[in-house]
Amino acid sequence: MSRLGELLERGDELIITGEAPVIDGGTLADYETKLAELAPWCDAMNATDNTAAHAHASNVAMAIAMQRLGVEPILQVVCRDKNRIAQQADIMGAALHGVENICCLTGDDVTAGDESEARRVFDLDGPQLIRLASSLREGRYLSGRSVGTPPALVIGAVENPGAPPLDYRAQRAAKKIMAGARYLQLQICYHPDRLEAFVAALHQGGWTERCAILPSVVAVKGAGPLRFMDASVPGISVPAEVIGRVADAAEPAEEAYRLVREQCEHALSLPGVRGLHLTDFRKDGSMARLCTDLGIKPRSEREQHAHHRVVAV
Amino acid sequence: MGLVSALEHVVKKPIWDCRMCGQCVLHDTGMTCPMTCPKTLRNGPCGGVREDGHCEVKPEMRCVWVKAEERSRTLPLMPQDWRDHFNNLRPPVDNRLQGTSSWQNLLSGRDRETPPGWTPEPAEAEQAEA
Repeated sequence: MSRLGELLERGDELIITGEAPVIDGGTLADYETKLAELAPWCDAMNATDNTAAHAHASNVAMAIAMQRLGVEPILQVVCRDKNRIAQQADIMGAALHGVENICCLTGDDVTAGDESEARRVFDLDGPQLIRLASSLREGRYLSGRSVGTPPALVIGAVENPGAPPLDYRAQRAAKKIMAGARYLQLQICYHPDRLEAFVAALHQGGWTERCAILPSVVAVKGAGPLRFMDASVPGISVPAEVIGRVADAAEPAEEAYRLVREQCEHALSLPGVRGLHLTDFRKDGSMARLCTDLGIKPRSEREQHAHHRVVAV
Repeated sequence: MGLVSALEHVVKKPIWDCRMCGQCVLHDTGMTCPMTCPKTLRNGPCGGVREDGHCEVKPEMRCVWVKAEERSRTLPLMPQDWRDHFNNLRPPVDNRLQGTSSWQNLLSGRDRETPPGWTPEPAEAEQAEA
């Protein structure tokens, strides 16, 4: 079973996932360098599926590359570019290479990318894709045909706690959990009150016992990326005072670091939150600083610690 | 297009901008057609809804699911179980039914046929294991 799957089963330890950088050409060695900063802190990393509707090396190829480099991949599968037949083929194809973690998303629209003229697919939607993955795990394709030996898929999904209709988001998350999601990577949320209300609703409903909640944080270097996210990333709003706080600071990069650290501390303080999903846009060594400041040990040390504990019990 | 589907289209197009998917779920979605969502999502809003409740793809349009969620709570005269069904997991669209009459498909039960590998929730064994 994947490390992520084991952590989900153990049910109490911290889980750190990360967004792996996309691949646009280059070699495996180049990619190893790109992964080096964030990978040591993560239990698993997302092999993304054409993020923000921009073409990159495919999710399956990226997952296999990560595996060859000793990084546990989470195969992201979105509904925008492929129909249900191709989605099943990707999941089964990745499973052939030992990729068990998958994360099911509806996905950004083609208009979010740089080829807006492309045909959008959305043959399935996010919740249907989760259920489809559950079917594969149970041993059959959507057609009912047997897959032979079922892959031990560790199925996850995403949800946005900060986009309207706010009061409905936790119910939608519950729907995904019922469909088979065992972890949820949340969209980055610059409204702490919204994140809090969302997690509290899931926790009170008992859903956090069945599903690990992993809020996202994005480390940025200044106000520019915050403005960009607010204006251009669908479903993300960054309040003017948050942008102002970073923009007007004497040292914007340092203030942006304090912001992301506060977001981590806040998220981890919420009952029902199991860990974090990290995205690094700084690429200046901040990931090591952030994890150290938060008291998060590198994966290798956390692994050892877990083994000791098992022996001690 | 047969007579019944033509009649259905005449009635439903002006009111709900019906796309004739042939497997109508209007009653479960606050009498708001999910096929008018640019992503044709049948299971709730995507994560791209704008701060003002408008659509990621068409900024001038209110998100179909923001509207649906609101109307599933507030529309008068709607049976309670229609409201209760709002968060149900709806199966993948059967693309063969495009252009056919959902009224006929409702009567024949054809609109409730799902792929053999589809069940609304994971199997019991799976749940117990998880």
